[in-house]
Amino acid sequence: MISFVLTRLLRAIITILAVVTFAFVVLRMSGDPAQVMLGPDVPQDVIDAFRKAWGLDQPVWVQYLAYLKSIFTGDFGVSMRDKASALDLVLERVPATLQLTIPALILKLVIGIPAGIYAALHRQSFADRGVILLAILGFTIPSFVMGLILVLVFSIILGVLPSGGQDTWVHGILPTITMSIGGIGILARFSRSAMIEVMGQPFIRTASAKGLKWRDVVWSHALPNAAVPIVTIVGFMVGSLIAGAVVVESIFSWPGIGRLLIVSVSNRDLAVVQCILLVIAATMVVSNLIVDLLYGWLDPRLRSRAAH
Amino acid sequence: MTPLIQATNLARIYQVRRGLFAQPKPVRAVDGVSLAVMPGETLGIVGESGSGKSTLGRMLLGIDQLQAGEVRFEGRAMPELRTAEWRALRAKMQLVYQDPLAALDRRLTIASQLAEPLEIHRIIPKDQRPARVAELMVAVGLRQDQAGRFPHELSGGQRQRAVIARALASRPKLLVCDEPVSALDVSIQAQVVNMLRQLQEQNGIAMVFISHDLKVVRNIADRVAVMYLGRIVEEASSDVIFRSPRHPYTQALVSSVPVPGKLLEGRVILQGEPPNPANRPAGCAFHPRCSIARDICRSTAPVLRQIENRRTAACHIVADGAVPVAA
Repeated sequence: MISFVLTRLLRAIITILAVVTFAFVVLRMSGDPAQVMLGPDVPQDVIDAFRKAWGLDQPVWVQYLAYLKSIFTGDFGVSMRDKASALDLVLERVPATLQLTIPALILKLVIGIPAGIYAALHRQSFADRGVILLAILGFTIPSFVMGLILVLVFSIILGVLPSGGQDTWVHGILPTITMSIGGIGILARFSRSAMIEVMGQPFIRTASAKGLKWRDVVWSHALPNAAVPIVTIVGFMVGSLIAGAVVVESIFSWPGIGRLLIVSVSNRDLAVVQCILLVIAATMVVSNLIVDLLYGWLDPRLRSRAAH
Repeated sequence: MTPLIQATNLARIYQVRRGLFAQPKPVRAVDGVSLAVMPGETLGIVGESGSGKSTLGRMLLGIDQLQAGEVRFEGRAMPELRTAEWRALRAKMQLVYQDPLAALDRRLTIASQLAEPLEIHRIIPKDQRPARVAELMVAVGLRQDQAGRFPHELSGGQRQRAVIARALASRPKLLVCDEPVSALDVSIQAQVVNMLRQLQEQNGIAMVFISHDLKVVRNIADRVAVMYLGRIVEEASSDVIFRSPRHPYTQALVSSVPVPGKLLEGRVILQGEPPNPANRPAGCAFHPRCSIARDICRSTAPVLRQIENRRTAACHIVADGAVPVAA
């Protein structure tokens, strides 16, 4: 068990390192921060001074090694724009993003999973077809379209909900709904197919043939066995709690991580972008780690495989 | 003596649609089957895949809806599916499947799966359950230290023993075994079959043993019913049917069993396509592959007739003039 956790941790660190390296290289190859920050008509000596101040005149690999050294000592750099600590800038925005993504995640779970399970248990019924249709609509309509439709209906036509800003909790309603619709559809489809697969297994028929009440067959045999694929999807959703709001935050002018990312990328604010990507990669990796540990708890076959 | 379970005229028809605009076509998986099993008796049901044996087994247990006909268990009609009465009856009739790994919940230990029927039917006080589980494990030849194992940690034979132990937990009177050993190695098959026979004798359980493997059926069954495309074509005691098969299909089946030291001469090799239940031949369903078929076989379906004492067959030729069996 300990070696299992250790190998997973090591793998997690390698993954994060790969993301950081990739971001580092691509950011430096895709544009010059000095040009973007200072504007087009700046004298060459100002640009040179800027580059020297930020260490951009060094070869990329020297910059990279210096960067690695600093992140291992807990220093995530300084924003080129307002000279504040990049980590502070990012962490400051995290609560705003979580205010949207956590309610959205809860909506996905409490609507998507029960809908899928209900559909699976009432196959071919009107409700089943309805769930499938809505699920497909939900995850095929992109969030930027869905967001605009909701704004059109609820802010412009009906005028009941604000279309942007973060002043009260009412402002969070539309972005939260926009973000959860796709996930509800995905979870409904996955839960439905996972349940249908398990319900077709002989041990379910045997459980019923043993005289177990149908409700108990579903709760004690079918659901726990259908949980593995559902947990996988939920793991991804938890992993994207930080990163999943980029588009929606922009539509609804919500001052979260997503908006910070977009602003920082277009300004080539290197330290901030790198810090955001690091935080995103870390949450994704941590949630995957949790999912792996959950697998072992849900399925004894995976438990013993992991122990070997 | 009244039969433990008696089935009359069972039928199960699936509507199969080939292509979007095609008319649904009826597939008669089980078509007018009647049979009876006495307490403690073993009835073997043999036939090719697609002959409806498994569907028949589930209908006998009352876990597949009947479309026609009637099943009586201990003289009483089968209660409505999933009612409390139906559930209570589950304790008396149990099922053993072909694939033991799929029949076990992979998340639960062997001991907890064996205890489940005891919990469902509240058969014995809670504090005596572990002892009963241990007793069941001994009965099927599992070691006590395997109680805490998960299904994937056992071998195929051990898993099937666990499935059988679970089926026996509620002390059933009827056990339907659907290809219980065909997923196992031949050497393990014999052990499991012998164990089943022993347990059956000790506990006086009646058994319906469904298999395509004639050697296994011969070993365990008192009586054998041969199925072809959803119907019984011949039924007699096991000795009789294997020594002197009468229906041409039974003859072909029996002669296909290899006997050590004997040449393959004189074997009846079946001609033609294997049967497709969606496209049932007119008349006797077996006539396209039958070597003695005549005109009447192509037009009229034969009914089961009593051709000897305790032997019935559905064939115009071998059962000519015999008395039809009342449905």
